[in-house]
Parts: sequence; C-alpha cells; structure tokens
Amino acid sequence: MSDVADRVRKIVVEHLGVEEDKVTETASFIDDLGADSLDTVELVMAFEEEFGIEIPDDAAETIQTFGDAVKFINGAQ
Amino acid sequence: MFDLSGKNVLITGASGGIGGAIAKALHGAGATVALSGTRVEPLEALAAELGDRAHVLPCNLSDADAVNALPKQAADAMGSVDVLVNNAGITRDNIFMRMSDEEWSSVLEVNLTSTMRLCKGVIRGMMKSRWGRIVNISSIVGATGNPGQANYAASKAGMVGMSKSIAYEVASRGITVNCVAPGFITTAMTDKLNDEQKAGILSQVPAGRMGDAEEIAAAVLYLSSPEAAYVTGTTLHVNGGMAML
Repeated sequence: MSDVADRVRKIVVEHLGVEEDKVTETASFIDDLGADSLDTVELVMAFEEEFGIEIPDDAAETIQTFGDAVKFINGAQ
Repeated sequence: MFDLSGKNVLITGASGGIGGAIAKALHGAGATVALSGTRVEPLEALAAELGDRAHVLPCNLSDADAVNALPKQAADAMGSVDVLVNNAGITRDNIFMRMSDEEWSSVLEVNLTSTMRLCKGVIRGMMKSRWGRIVNISSIVGATGNPGQANYAASKAGMVGMSKSIAYEVASRGITVNCVAPGFITTAMTDKLNDEQKAGILSQVPAGRMGDAEEIAAAVLYLSSPEAAYVTGTTLHVNGGMAML
C-alpha cells in the first residue's frame, strides 16, 4: 500500500516539479500542484507504465488527486 | 540540412504520386519509412526501390479498426513513430444538390476521420519522447472551395482546423502539427482532367504550370525537419501562386 503511494508520489514530484510535502492525500493535480490538463494525461501515462496497468479514459478523468491515483492503482493491481 | 537520420516516419497514401514522392524525400534525408496504402503492389515496388529502412503496412483507411491498429504496427516495425504524414485522400465529386450522404461520409471518413485516428494513435509516443512532427496534406480546395467538391473541400478545411487545435495542445511537448496544401499537382488524380479543364486551371496559375509531387515532398520534408521546430499550426501553400494565402 505505502509502496504504491511512494512510487506515485515520486512520479508526481518528478513530473510536476513540486515539493514532496505538497503531495498530500487530497492534493489536486490541477488546483494544488499546478498541473495543466496535458500534465494529467502524462501523469496517467506514467502511472500506466510504472505499474503495468491500463487506465481507460473514463477512469482517468476520475483521478483528480494524489489520493485518487493511489486508490485507483491499488484497486487495479 | 534537413537530416532525418534516426527518425521513423509513417506515411499514408504512399502508393500514390504525392505520397510516393514524400516517402522518397524523407527516406532520402535518412528517415526510416513505413509505407501505408490500400494497394499492396505499388507499396512493395516503392519499398523495393527504396531498399533499406522501408516497411510496407497496407491499411484500408475506411476501416476504423484497421486505422486504429496502424500506429502500433508502425511502432512495432520501426521502434517508434516520430513523424506522421497523413497524405491519403479520396474524392467522390458531385454537385452539391446531387451529393449523397454516402458520397459525403465516405470522403469525410477517409480524409478527415482517419487522420484524426492516426494523430491520436501516434501522439502518445511523441509526448513521451518530447519530439514529434505531424504533417497533414490538405488542399488548396480546403481554403478556396471548388464546385463539385463540397465533401472534399470540407474534409480538407476540417484538417486545417483540427491540426491547429492539436498544435495548440501539444506545442509545449516539442510536437508540431502543420498542413501542406497542394494546388494543382501532376498526379493520377489530376490526369483524369481533360485538356479543356487543365487549360482552364492553368489560366489561374501564375506559375503557368502544374506542380510536381516532388515540390510537395520538399514542403513536407521541411516541416518534418528539426529546423522547423518553431513552425506549428500553419498551412504551407504550394500552388504556384494560384491562391496567395
């Protein structure tokens, strides 16, 4: 569980260039972490690659926050 | 200048006059090319002529599943798709009042919708590599209109609007999306015109002649090159001055 969160956090920090402590459970990629809509597409692509999963477009749209991403990936694995 | 060594290119309509010339120009600049089209024999012949760095990937662009599968086939064959040239196009001319839904939709499907599908299919890889070139072959007719070609003109104008929109979205990722709009070019498509039609057209071309496929290919080569990195969302008109846009 925490392993997934750590890996997701690492991707978010690297991709968006934000401080690690800003990436909290409820942090919204767009509203809190400065992502634009293309960044969110790229984050989803990076998650797919890191975890070897497929995230369909309609599911990707529901992934708004760091917590959403961790929850989705835990469910998909 | 215009060195495409190490770049992998997917070209649709490569069995046609303009597509073949584009393939030769990009291959000549060092690119690996995947040649797509409906007719296998001319594709095989072109690949044989090019020699190394040429793959044949037949595809019927009116078959959505086949179109969606093409970018992956190209990436599997070459390792990636760095440059996409949407060149394939069909005409089903008729005066507008007689134009059937089928004539309309088949042209839109092949010329515009398949272009959209292929752009979608290659853009993910381009985003990852932070480099990509999409060149969509539009037409002068998309800008000026042409009697008997409401469907064709709509598809070619649609390409321009779509290309600009995609260009906006992906510009920050090192991907450019542009159009080349040929005027009257000597190809099988224009060979069908009779002498009277040709004379009528030439009277409107300041250059006084039809263009060559190689002159379209040169424009595509430029827009595919690293040197054109700052050119995006534009349409390069290659028409001998027929329409100065």
